[in-house]
Amino acid sequence: MKWSSPVRQLGLAVVAFLVVAACGSSPGASASCNAKTATSATDCGGIDGLVTAAKAEGTLNVIALPPDWANYGAVISGFTAKYGISVNSANPNGSSQDEVNAFDGTSNAPDVVDVGQAVALANTAKFAPYKVATWNDIPAGAKEATGLWFNDYGGYMGIGYDSTKVPGGVINSVADLLGSGFKSKVALAGDPTKSNQGLNGVIMAGVANGGSLDDVSKGVDFFKQLKKAGNYVPVVGTAATVKAGQTPVLFEWDYLSTSHGKDVSTWKIFVPSNAIIGGYYSQAINKAAPHPAAARLWEEYLYSDAGQNLWLKGGARPVRMAAMTTAGTIDAAAAAALPAVNGTPQVPSGDQTSKASAYVVANWSAAVS
Amino acid sequence: MTAAGSPALDTAARPTRGGRLSLSWLGVAPFFVYVGVFLLLPTAIIVIGSLTGPGGGVSLANFAGIDKPFMLKALSLSLSVSAVSAVAGACFGALLAYAVVTGNPNGMLRRSIMSASGVLAQFGGVALAFAFIATISTVGFVTVFLKDHGIDIYPNGVWLYDAPGITLIYVYFQIPLMVLVFLPALDGIRPQWREATESLGGSTWHYWRYVAGPLLAPAFLGCTLLLFANAFSAYATISALLTNGGSYVPLQVQALLTSETEQSQPGLAQALALSMILIVVIVMTLYALLQRRTTRWLR
Repeated sequence: MKWSSPVRQLGLAVVAFLVVAACGSSPGASASCNAKTATSATDCGGIDGLVTAAKAEGTLNVIALPPDWANYGAVISGFTAKYGISVNSANPNGSSQDEVNAFDGTSNAPDVVDVGQAVALANTAKFAPYKVATWNDIPAGAKEATGLWFNDYGGYMGIGYDSTKVPGGVINSVADLLGSGFKSKVALAGDPTKSNQGLNGVIMAGVANGGSLDDVSKGVDFFKQLKKAGNYVPVVGTAATVKAGQTPVLFEWDYLSTSHGKDVSTWKIFVPSNAIIGGYYSQAINKAAPHPAAARLWEEYLYSDAGQNLWLKGGARPVRMAAMTTAGTIDAAAAAALPAVNGTPQVPSGDQTSKASAYVVANWSAAVS
Repeated sequence: MTAAGSPALDTAARPTRGGRLSLSWLGVAPFFVYVGVFLLLPTAIIVIGSLTGPGGGVSLANFAGIDKPFMLKALSLSLSVSAVSAVAGACFGALLAYAVVTGNPNGMLRRSIMSASGVLAQFGGVALAFAFIATISTVGFVTVFLKDHGIDIYPNGVWLYDAPGITLIYVYFQIPLMVLVFLPALDGIRPQWREATESLGGSTWHYWRYVAGPLLAPAFLGCTLLLFANAFSAYATISALLTNGGSYVPLQVQALLTSETEQSQPGLAQALALSMILIVVIVMTLYALLQRRTTRWLR
């Protein structure tokens, strides 16, 4: 009987492996333009041609987009309301790697992905180049020159906390967390050995403790001290754990942390002024997208003023924010509601992230278990 | 097997037996297909995948990373938690099983313990993790209740997520499993043996030392090994409980397959999975040998 548990587990591992290895044919061609190879809306005779082709496809597959993450619930329903295209949202809690792993060549494969920087850089061969109409508003460092990927939204690594559960009701520095009032309270919002968000939490702790973007060891040391003090909780913080009170102090992207306010009214966010770590996610289109026109129309929608303002309402900082602020099209009320940040933001480069990741993978489990 | 050495009988029986054979094969075919697809095929893929080098061809390159300190730590942690939970589960389970056996064979106690064990031995995974989170995690109702009455079970941080906590959780399904697998051995002990010992002037100590002990030892060891394999291969419970920073082999395999920070290494994951398979194969072979020894006396 009990053979079943190793079997199940091996089966899982194998299925995951097969998904990585699989690569197949790509069905579907659109009605009025060859959307598969279109590198901008112009190739489809402008936005109207793209809309017609996308409507003919009728469906869009997306993956790993939690409705409460950067306001994606509203973004998806907004897209469906505007164009009448239904959105298939698979595995809302998947990781960036899960998204790319799902490129299996079937009609269920995701058309578009929203992935962390590392996964975007590692998988450019699987993406189709495309430039949205508002391409020039995206800063040069925030996109691949031909449009294989382009940043969509981001924010700063912060420490979200329930102010009724911390001593004095306020956190003023990262070092505060080592105090005895934080016993069994501090958590990360992702496993740093595999999640981009978790890794950036450790990087932030490192920078705040005298490290730098090039030296994450101070961050690992910090969590080691947290663990020794009995303050670290080895649970990935989510909306559910915050609501239950399991993770009352949580390293998390500020735009995701704001959403806990609806469950815990005393939720606050602290972004240390000596360690403002920025991070952006990127959009990319599956080269073998089952719905190539809908995929491109989705990107046009996301990068329109309406799409960007929806993300902003979810607390995320959209990539066109600077341009839209200048143009006066930004949602001023939503912009004012973002957590206050004083200081100069730092954004880890691809290289710095990989180096930090390699160090964390090698040293993390020794530090916290 | 049945008609070996009897050629006449063999030829006579062949036609009907052949027909029956093909039909019986048909009956078990779904089982073999099931086992083939969900056990043999994945195992073969792991064996082949882990032994294939980056450029194709047979190679041990995938095993290169397995001696990294954090991998060894995961292995030793998995092994020690499995061993401790197996021994603890075996001892408590055997005592409980003995209590059941000495009672009325058709009594309420035996029936309720047996059905409870049948259910609880399979109570694992997410449900079990949730049960412990809801009761004795930092926000569990038992923890909160005790705290309100001045008892803090976590004075130095939550141990529920460390080795002691995981062992405690595993023992929860190990004890009932031990009751289920050890009871048949205890049932095989005849009361007459005890009477014989006593009529020959032996004490209780003599009975346990020279009669029941040696008879039960192989069964006890075998069951302990089964419990070890059971804990070693458990995945869902720790996966649901330790969503972050769990240093156990199955979780390392998972991490190596799903990393979004460039640390995805399917080859190493397969190498690690193969080492788990080898450990389980060794343990289960020993279990089978001990089972054979057990059945010689107790049936």
